[in-house]
Amino acid sequence: MSINQSPDYRQWPDAAGHFGIYGGRFVSETLISALDWLAEAYDELRDDPVFKSHFQQDLQHFVGRPTPLYYAKRLTQVLDGAHIYFKREDLNHTGAHKINNTIGQALLAKHLGKKRVIAETGAGQHGVATATIAARLGLKCQVYMGAEDVQRQSLNVYRMKLLGAEVIPVHSGSKTLKDAMNEALRDWVTEVDTTFYIIGTVAGPHPYPMIVRDFQSVIGLEVKEQFPTLAGQALPDALVACVGGGSNAMGLFYPFLEQEEVALYGVEAGGQGLDTKAHAAPLCRGQVGVLHGNRTYLMTDDHGQIQATDSISAGLDYPGVGPEHAWLKDLGRAQYVSVTDEQALQAFRQVTLTEGIMPALETSHALAYLKELAPSLGAGKHIVVNLSGRGDKDILTVAKLDGIEF
Amino acid sequence: MSRIQACFNVLKQANKKALIPYVTVGDPNVEVTLSLLTEMVAKGADIIELGVPFSDPMADGPVIQKACERALRQGVSLEQVLALVARFRQSDASTPIVLMGYLNPIECLGYERFVEQAVAAGVDGVLVVDMPPEEGRQLGELAKASELDMIYLLAPTTSRARMQLICEQASGYVYYVSLKGVTGARTPDATVVAERVSLIKEITDIPVAVGFGVKDGASAVMLSQQADGVVVGSALVSLIEKYVEAQPEPSYQALSEELGALLAGIRLALDTN
Repeated sequence: MSINQSPDYRQWPDAAGHFGIYGGRFVSETLISALDWLAEAYDELRDDPVFKSHFQQDLQHFVGRPTPLYYAKRLTQVLDGAHIYFKREDLNHTGAHKINNTIGQALLAKHLGKKRVIAETGAGQHGVATATIAARLGLKCQVYMGAEDVQRQSLNVYRMKLLGAEVIPVHSGSKTLKDAMNEALRDWVTEVDTTFYIIGTVAGPHPYPMIVRDFQSVIGLEVKEQFPTLAGQALPDALVACVGGGSNAMGLFYPFLEQEEVALYGVEAGGQGLDTKAHAAPLCRGQVGVLHGNRTYLMTDDHGQIQATDSISAGLDYPGVGPEHAWLKDLGRAQYVSVTDEQALQAFRQVTLTEGIMPALETSHALAYLKELAPSLGAGKHIVVNLSGRGDKDILTVAKLDGIEF
Repeated sequence: MSRIQACFNVLKQANKKALIPYVTVGDPNVEVTLSLLTEMVAKGADIIELGVPFSDPMADGPVIQKACERALRQGVSLEQVLALVARFRQSDASTPIVLMGYLNPIECLGYERFVEQAVAAGVDGVLVVDMPPEEGRQLGELAKASELDMIYLLAPTTSRARMQLICEQASGYVYYVSLKGVTGARTPDATVVAERVSLIKEITDIPVAVGFGVKDGASAVMLSQQADGVVVGSALVSLIEKYVEAQPEPSYQALSEELGALLAGIRLALDTN
């Protein structure tokens, strides 16, 4: 790609779902027709005024959008650098950005006449968001969740049950998010006639990465509107978001891709450190491969087997990443960095104490990177960080580290 | 002519259907796999599909998932699968071998190296479960240049137009997945399968093998009515699992005999119907 000419980001993915060499559609033949139908339906509906207004209505009245853009004054002072703003996705109904996408996809499911939805979930946020919209629309809902995550996130498991969803623990492989996704794909291939698979992140086979990005881009679009009045300049200097699969980051970044003066930072889960094998940072330390329907950066061993990942945050504990992020990395449009579990925990405590906002452990990764970025950008600059979710679900995890058992 | 084409030609002249057993390489270890290959050929296997173990076999049911996990515990890699094929070729120069698996291990090795090494080892065909033809052009061209057959799946959900597209890129045979689901799930409706296979045969001259749901002689006969062959996988892998988990110690001799007997039964049923 030439340095002088930036690519037309809006043109991607191409018709086959590729972002450069990434993305695509790597699934078994049985699912191809369902993906074709989904792509056609989405193509028809994305600009349909009725569908759009239905989606907007739900975002406003059910989710509570627009979410505020909040100036984190005390954190700005403490970190002694650039001004810091939080995009408050934690204030969404169900407590994270995930619901933006599940509403969009559930409306697609309804349009396609599907009575049953399935989802995979790691931290449980996407599962809760799916169960929530399924309850509201009267859809049958089953959520696949790695058996290890079922243990780690018992509160969210119970929330999903209360919402009428069935949570199916997955005992194969590493018993985490990737295995839940395998199992959801197996379910879908079997029940493809009756079932809509609501994927929770900007990964998977085309058209999912595009659809999820589009539904989540409401985040960045709102920031674009809100930022000038708050900061007195048109654009922020930098955007920061955590990246597991990458949906909250993509949602924030996408509307800003053409404004090359806005620096983009995706923060991956460094686990116990990038020099150990115990992390979940495929963009920082992975290699290109194919998993779960798309070509992207992956955590694999030398023989192409997918490696176990490690992160204190279940929502980032995934060996792959959305293909558009892989492409943005190669183009140099976004920078991908990582912070460790320890740094994320420090940020969790710091933001809770200085701002009275308890972030999710996933989000805490993005916040932890501010410690480096805010001073280096310097005073007078402006950073918007996606406060993608609230930390209520993580209280038991943090308490346990403090030696407190409930 | 490739070994696979030659095999189907011979079968056609004898008015026989191809019996294609599947086992995962390295389940429970590479030596046992090698001895099972010989036994399967002796009991009437025409072509052998060798499963390349993968950590995330999304299209497979629990039986083959567990087989992959057992093989990966032995550290079985794609390179070792190729080494096994080379050893098999020392004693069997004619039985076609097809590798079946997922794309990432091949991506990791690199397409060119993979094709070169597979051909050198004596592999005849490749079936990559998560690589539909749209994503398979690059590997397909390399394979074609080296006379390695590219086997593609056709599903109950595949439209006629897509069938055409797939058959244009396929060689050796096409694999009709008899049901919507994962491997080893349940028994499909034989009438529906026969209709679909007839439709495929209107489109292409490439032989059609039916898989998913073949577990014994009766199901093999029922599902292969219009087809040129059957693939039997999970039934064999279940048998391996039974012996692997046997207490106090598995007898692989007995496994080989029982697996051979199962295949011989399917062979007999196919040949006498």
